[in-house]
Amino acid sequence: MRNVFLFIRRYFTFFSFLAFQALSLWFLFSYNKFHRSKFLGIANEMTGRVNNQYNKVEDYFSFKEENRRLHKFNDSLLNLLPSNFAKRDTSMQLIKDSIPYDTLGHYRRYIFRDATVIYNTVNSRKNYMQLNRGSNQGIKDNMAVINSDGSAVGIVVAVSPNYCQAMSLLHVQNTVSASMKRSGEAGTIEWDGLDPRFLTLKKIPKSVEVKNGDTVLTSPYSYNIPPGYMIGTVAEVKVDNATGMYLVKVKTAANFYSLQQVHIVENIDRDEQVKLFEDTRKKIEEAKKNPG
Amino acid sequence: MSSFLRNIIRLAIFILIQVYVLNKIPHLHRFITPYLYYLFILWLPFSVSRFGLLFIGFVTGLILDYFMMTPGLHAAACVLIAYIRPFIINVLTPRDINEFNYREPSAVAMGWTPFAVYVFILTLLHHGYMLFLEWLDMGNFLDFIIRVLATTGISLLLIFTVELLFPRRLKFRTNTQ
Repeated sequence: MRNVFLFIRRYFTFFSFLAFQALSLWFLFSYNKFHRSKFLGIANEMTGRVNNQYNKVEDYFSFKEENRRLHKFNDSLLNLLPSNFAKRDTSMQLIKDSIPYDTLGHYRRYIFRDATVIYNTVNSRKNYMQLNRGSNQGIKDNMAVINSDGSAVGIVVAVSPNYCQAMSLLHVQNTVSASMKRSGEAGTIEWDGLDPRFLTLKKIPKSVEVKNGDTVLTSPYSYNIPPGYMIGTVAEVKVDNATGMYLVKVKTAANFYSLQQVHIVENIDRDEQVKLFEDTRKKIEEAKKNPG
Repeated sequence: MSSFLRNIIRLAIFILIQVYVLNKIPHLHRFITPYLYYLFILWLPFSVSRFGLLFIGFVTGLILDYFMMTPGLHAAACVLIAYIRPFIINVLTPRDINEFNYREPSAVAMGWTPFAVYVFILTLLHHGYMLFLEWLDMGNFLDFIIRVLATTGISLLLIFTVELLFPRRLKFRTNTQ
């Protein structure tokens, strides 16, 4: 017995070598049976974490390729969209009016029709956009054009049976009534014809506080454009010494370089409102002519 | 830095390079993978006991195995070279462990020729045994021989490149260890 122990002690290294070999070979040849379940369970957790970190780095090198693939895939999906197939119907949207009118308590004031911008410029001084809706779809002059993100972009000025032409806000003859969101003060949006990213807000009196970053909305005092849609944010405030009013540089909310899907908004009461305005003017002027 | 800590860091670096660089780069041939990680075992200090060598070899191989999903394959090869290592060193430079001026095997400590032979024999053993175990699963014999030779050649090239590019700051053994 003693000799056996001596023998083992003497060849301890060799035996441990054999033991490690046996263990390794057992791992190796029983791999399929124990596949992941026993040994690899915990080890996977560790190597998984390391692999995860490595993957984060490795991803950076494949971003370009991945991006290209994704873009291609997006493109193929976009081609399947129904909007690609000239569909001439309209989608409607109900806007609540503050004055209850019918039995439901509301009447329709604005109708939204979806449209796609099929031609658009920003580089001219007089920019127009062409939309794929026309008189056949109920489009009339003076309807407002709202971008898909809810920012005002223009007003319809000419209509053909299936298309209409809208005057972009980027038009030197464009004047749109606008108001400051914070103070409610109303002014006029114009464009100086220089930078398509910036509009000019005029006729805001100096008594109002205007700060950079303030939001400019479409005003409630317009026959054409529904109120409360964003036009842009204040980028620079200057004072016009000649008039004592602010000259506010407004960064447009809509990106005019990439207009695609828009809504055309009809104000149903417009004719009535305009007629009332004309009648009033006439009445007053006639009263001036015939005093007494 | 203590020898222990340095070797832990060295192991981590070798494993990471093996797993994320050498196994990922496009191979010269679909079967020929360059191996470098076992240089860790070749670089272990002289003072490690023989059982210690076996144990460290087993763990090193197993860590790589778990990354490569081949439990036991590299462990077996590493245990083999860890077992053979002391014999080779004894044969090449017949000295007592305490007679070495340096702590670890290197070209400087052993001389270039003995070190090259040391690396060559252990590399051949490592690849031969590992590929032999792989060959048991599949493949023909000629394939096996070619793979052993090619892999050994590439690994030797890598090891000597590493040896020349990253000269270890070898500590002279002192009486206090």
